[in-house]
Amino acid sequence: MDIEVKNLRKNFGQTAVLNGLNFRVASGEILGFLGPNGAGKTTTMRVLTGFLAPTSGQVLVDGRDLLDQSVDVRQKIGYLPENNPLYPELRVFEYLRFSAAAKQVAQPDQEIRKVVAGCGLRDRVGQGIGTLSKGLRQRVGLAAALLGNPELVVLDEPTSGLDPNQIVEIRHLIRDIGKTRTVILSTHILQEVQASCTRVLIINRGQIVGQGTTAELTTQAAGRRRVEAIIAGPEDAVCAALQQLPGVASLEQQVAPAAGETAVALEAEKTRDVRRDIFELCVERHWPLLELKVSAVSLEDVFHRLTTEQPQSVTATTATPVTVPAIPHS
Amino acid sequence: MSPALSVYTKELRGQFFSLTAYVFTVVFLVTSNWLFFQSFFLFNQASLRTYFDLLPWYLLLLVPAVSMRTWAEEKRQGTAELLLTLPIPEWQVVVAKFAANATFLAAALAFSLTLPISVARLGDLDWGPVIGGYLGAWLFGCAYLAMGQWISGLTSNQIVAFLATIAASFALLVSGISITLASAGPLADVLYRLSTYTHFQSVAKGVLDLRDIVYFLSLIGLFLYLNVYTLIRRHWR
Ligand SMILES: Nc1ncnc2c1ncn2[C@@H]1O[C@H](COP(=O)(O)OP(=O)(O)O)[C@@H](O)[C@H]1O
Ligand SMILES: [Mg+2]
Repeated sequence: MDIEVKNLRKNFGQTAVLNGLNFRVASGEILGFLGPNGAGKTTTMRVLTGFLAPTSGQVLVDGRDLLDQSVDVRQKIGYLPENNPLYPELRVFEYLRFSAAAKQVAQPDQEIRKVVAGCGLRDRVGQGIGTLSKGLRQRVGLAAALLGNPELVVLDEPTSGLDPNQIVEIRHLIRDIGKTRTVILSTHILQEVQASCTRVLIINRGQIVGQGTTAELTTQAAGRRRVEAIIAGPEDAVCAALQQLPGVASLEQQVAPAAGETAVALEAEKTRDVRRDIFELCVERHWPLLELKVSAVSLEDVFHRLTTEQPQSVTATTATPVTVPAIPHS
Repeated sequence: MSPALSVYTKELRGQFFSLTAYVFTVVFLVTSNWLFFQSFFLFNQASLRTYFDLLPWYLLLLVPAVSMRTWAEEKRQGTAELLLTLPIPEWQVVVAKFAANATFLAAALAFSLTLPISVARLGDLDWGPVIGGYLGAWLFGCAYLAMGQWISGLTSNQIVAFLATIAASFALLVSGISITLASAGPLADVLYRLSTYTHFQSVAKGVLDLRDIVYFLSLIGLFLYLNVYTLIRRHWR
């Protein structure tokens, strides 16, 4: 199932929540939708599943507009909405039976047994949903989403509110699911996409600000190097001198460990090794260099940079890989 | 099981598990029995007229209590998002929910059959008008259920849905009582035709007139259509 989203916009009253999204999802991908809270992830999921109609723009499923064939498309989508809403008055098997009947699953009992086993719910099928723990409820939601063997599974923040062990279990489940079908999952947690996804879309304020595989995103960001140093010398003079070094893009003063010492974190272009320049500067000025280390630019830094950027200065299209804007790391 | 039937069963289950609907049903049964037998022994007549005369006013409270949760609760719980992304056409969901509510109302009315049964034991009861009266009352209640279901789809708060449905039902009912008609001047004729109260009059007598049936069915159709319409153009929270 191929999905193409074209210039998708969604307004709630006067507020624009999605400002023209363009992307494609290919069969077999596990696509991560990464963005801070309020970025528009849930709204996007809701449009993709047909729960909300877009204000303008289109969602094409296998080349046809989603809205024209809503019931057929819904048949092919398994959806776990944000916060995993469930009917508390039903028992697990009653709910799964309801879902199976609603999706017109051909052999409901067999299929229910399969997802129950897959989601580790075997001893819980008789329990009331209202009495389940959060982790188990999440499994019930996932099991229901998987019923009917959907081609596409949409998961909105599937691990939110779970404890670390449960998170690991759910991620395992998601990877298993992803082996046989297309998965779109949204999250505001970086480790999540690193753990589960083959490709990432970074969304901020209703716009896509970056996309690529996790590896691509980090190598793009690796155009710059982050260096941390502690130098025994007067703050003002040290900072001023470092700022003058060639290739330094940004400099941030940090809390000094002791009086008379200066701690800084700076980012510099990779084309030149700023560590040598720092060393030579210190020798020249007779400032003892107490500490010098390179810290890797992580996906976290990329995410932070992309999502604290003002939206109008970023141009994102579906085709271009992520561009890391040259802005000071704050 | 067909998709629509599965929604119907789930809905009926939810209704039978909702405490509010029960409480209102019990209150309805207790008050209607009590008030009926008070006057019954006064007039000493084997007829259910006094019961049917008061029935619209009981339903004014009972029906909104049944219909209020239909959509409001789904929206509050977030389950509307599940339900409406299942591969079931919206109109089928609406009809299934309505059918479940109508079944619950039928059950509540069936419990009040203790009334005619006791009367029949005490005197000579003509069952024809009683059965006609019950069917008519159920249709009348169903019209209000459909309206309540539509109103429930406009909010995510059950209490708001409850109060708004009472207000709307009250307006439909009161527009047809004689005091209103007497003071309505040229509008009296329109009100007379539109009010649920006037259409309930013959029902209360146990006469099921085709015009009244058509009237109630049109109300049901109108409000279910409006309900489907709100779902299809959904922009809600
Ligand atoms: N139904 C709605 N009505 C009005 N505003 C909404 C509605 N749904 C979401 N929003 C707003 O849209 C923005 C994006 O929300 P959402 O898609 O839930 O973000 P995310 O899932 O990325 O946290 C938020 O500012 C939110 O307040
Ligand atoms: Mg969200």
